[in-house]
Amino acid sequence: MESSIKEKCPFKIDIGPVYSVDPAKRHAYAQSGNNVFVPVERELIFDIDISDYDDVRYCCSGADVCKDCWPLMTIAIKILDASLRDDFGFNHILWAYSGRRGVHCWVCDSRARKLNNEQRAAIADYFRVYKGGENTMKKVSLTGPVLHPFLARSYTDVLKCFFEDKLLLSQQLFASEERYRKILDLIPDENIASELHDRWQGNRRSSISKEDVNATRWEQLKTTLQSGKHKAQGLRRCVEEIVFSYTYPRLDMEVSKHMNHLLKAPFCIHPKTGRVCVPIDPNNCDDFDPTTVPTLSQLLGELNAAGLHSNSENDWERTSLEKPIRFFRTAFLQPMLKACKEELESAYNAKLQQSKNSLAW
Amino acid sequence: MEIVRSHRQLAAAAAAAGGGGGVDGGGAGGLPTYRTAPQLEVRLEEFELFAIDRLRVLKGIADGLSRGKRPEEMEKLVNELWKVHMRHQDPAETLNKDIISHFVLRLVYCRTEELRKWFLSMETTLFRYRFRLESPESQRMLMSEFQLPYKALPHSEFEAVKDKLSQVARSIGQSATVESVFFKVPFEEVPDLVASRRVFLSKGYTYVAMSQVVSLVVTQFRCNISKALVLTNRKWMATIKEQEKDRLTPIVEALSNAYFGPDYSQPKDAVEISLKDIDQLARTSFPLCMHHMLEKLRENHHLKHGGRMQFGLFLKGAGLKLEDALAFWRAEFSQKVGSERFDKEYAYSIRHNYGKEGKRTDYTPYSCQKIISATPGVGDHHGCPYRHFGEENLRAALNKMGISGHPLEEIMDKVKNRHYQLACTLTFEAAHGVSCDTGINHPNQYFSESQKVLKVKNQAVQSQATT
Ligand code: SF4
Ligand SMILES: [Zn+2]
Repeated sequence: MESSIKEKCPFKIDIGPVYSVDPAKRHAYAQSGNNVFVPVERELIFDIDISDYDDVRYCCSGADVCKDCWPLMTIAIKILDASLRDDFGFNHILWAYSGRRGVHCWVCDSRARKLNNEQRAAIADYFRVYKGGENTMKKVSLTGPVLHPFLARSYTDVLKCFFEDKLLLSQQLFASEERYRKILDLIPDENIASELHDRWQGNRRSSISKEDVNATRWEQLKTTLQSGKHKAQGLRRCVEEIVFSYTYPRLDMEVSKHMNHLLKAPFCIHPKTGRVCVPIDPNNCDDFDPTTVPTLSQLLGELNAAGLHSNSENDWERTSLEKPIRFFRTAFLQPMLKACKEELESAYNAKLQQSKNSLAW
Repeated sequence: MEIVRSHRQLAAAAAAAGGGGGVDGGGAGGLPTYRTAPQLEVRLEEFELFAIDRLRVLKGIADGLSRGKRPEEMEKLVNELWKVHMRHQDPAETLNKDIISHFVLRLVYCRTEELRKWFLSMETTLFRYRFRLESPESQRMLMSEFQLPYKALPHSEFEAVKDKLSQVARSIGQSATVESVFFKVPFEEVPDLVASRRVFLSKGYTYVAMSQVVSLVVTQFRCNISKALVLTNRKWMATIKEQEKDRLTPIVEALSNAYFGPDYSQPKDAVEISLKDIDQLARTSFPLCMHHMLEKLRENHHLKHGGRMQFGLFLKGAGLKLEDALAFWRAEFSQKVGSERFDKEYAYSIRHNYGKEGKRTDYTPYSCQKIISATPGVGDHHGCPYRHFGEENLRAALNKMGISGHPLEEIMDKVKNRHYQLACTLTFEAAHGVSCDTGINHPNQYFSESQKVLKVKNQAVQSQATT
């Protein structure tokens, strides 16, 4: 494999599923008419793109990111990582920067690799709160008198604080009429929405200082919605719905649901940005800064500066990839290899046991 | 009444369909699991009549699903359908009919991937709701019949998670008092409960309440039937089709045609549409779902995966040739991602849809039912507008088609009652000024009906011009 990569020198490597037969021969098999060329194993993957958040960020749009909107990705990592571990019991999870505008997640436990499409879809749906495509106004609707434990935990542990302490200010969510109107649109009761609207329109020039206009208006909205007289059905979940709409992870569902999607391998270089797809440590994801991820040219510079002759095995230790590679090895690769070994051993032992038993017969 | 000389052979054919000659196909109470085919004597006309009755039930279920009915409504519907079409005063007769009709339809629906999928999903739904109506005792019996290895959660473990279980129960609108019997089951076994967050999950296990056991059983049921259908298909191809070519084969073939509706995967009568006509055709003859996607594609020069599938297969069904399809998509996508990337990343799947690459998925254009049950996410434009648009957006879209006033209100009314296909049918009627008695159940049907109407109108205009 190493020699094949050196020979072909691809500018990007995508990883797909393990197939039942050698993909290079798939055309020969396709002739036979039976579906023998099928994916049998692949990691469970998630793909989150910041460009899917364009309706809730005002600092950038499209493929651009900055330190104000990147935390939306950080939040997604926190929520999914916790649930994949605590709810689904997975252990071998790799998060990686996609090189430009988002993050990829690879769940590599053998249990995850063996999931069929329906089971993958079920996990993706478990994570899905955001619904309704591009053509509905209100995209999150939470029903029922309480939230499911997973959602409740996500809300109290992560989303609420993030929304109130960070996003509100960094995106100036209530700073202009256009912006707060978007939030008011999420309130199903028109009377309340217009009451708040009028109030904020009126005091545009009042004494509230610019800094906390967002916080103040958010508090006003909350008290209005939660005050006794509005305890009506549809409004009960409204505050949460707003927070979820603005912060809850938005997954590209198709990628997770099917086995045969391709995903860029970790440590690839993004063709447009030149940035390396480095792994992200979910326990310290707050510290990750996409704008300081090393680029290919930077790495070349570092190698040259160190005056190293090429092809030495450990050159990477002198570059800024040192830390990411070490993290990848110790936090992901080694535990993963250990688990694989153990699995093989126990499968072997089970077989041994079986053959012993059959001998005893 | 003709009791056919060879009724034993009929039973034998059905037995072959079941994959072995067991004793009976009955299960606990009145709900059979169809594990083994019956050794029954079947009259030829019953063979057909029973099957037709069962098909009525399955059709009714398909219809209910396409209207997005809620579980409680589905339960009621299934119960009704069953009563009307299948029930006999004598329970033994009902059971007979149930089993025979199921095995006959297996023969009918084993023959293509598309037929198998439809049958599997309708039979599974039927089973699900019938199971829910069974008594707890017979539910337990069915569980053991499916050899589900789960034991009820021991008390100590139950106490440890009781609060969470109660929280889940309340989150799905049930009372907070927790049921007393739970099973601890790997999440892989109950994908539907996981998908809808109806269970508590911890470390890879779900806690399934007795009242949710139906999901476990249904997973097993679906898996059995799915395997059996593949086997039946092999036997059908290998022996039955030839052996029965004078008797059963014509019945079986008629049954699947008469009730499944036409297959839109191949454009009929070599209709072709060409690249330059697409926009014109979209205005006159595309259903709203497809018209909307064309608009978005022209606007953004991009469609996400779900949209490319839904729209791409529709165009294929409408008669767009592969070369034209490639040119069509390239013209748009290259404006956004460049033609090089288009050729690398997108062209493959278009060729794939036309069966030119790989051979791994089905390339049939999506039916309304499939489109309606889609779940479009961020940035997606696929799905059915009647189902997936917000009210304002839908009104605006219909206005743009020139529909307003009374017809518009009628359409919106259907939408409110979740009759999406009826809403689409009304739109068709309003846009074309003719009635559409069959109703719309496939976007390609909408297209071809529309073309038919326009052709007649054109001819009328022309003949007027010449006379
Ligand atoms: S009813 Fe069918 S054809 Fe009509 S818009 Fe919906 S999916 Fe399209
Ligand atoms: Zn930004």
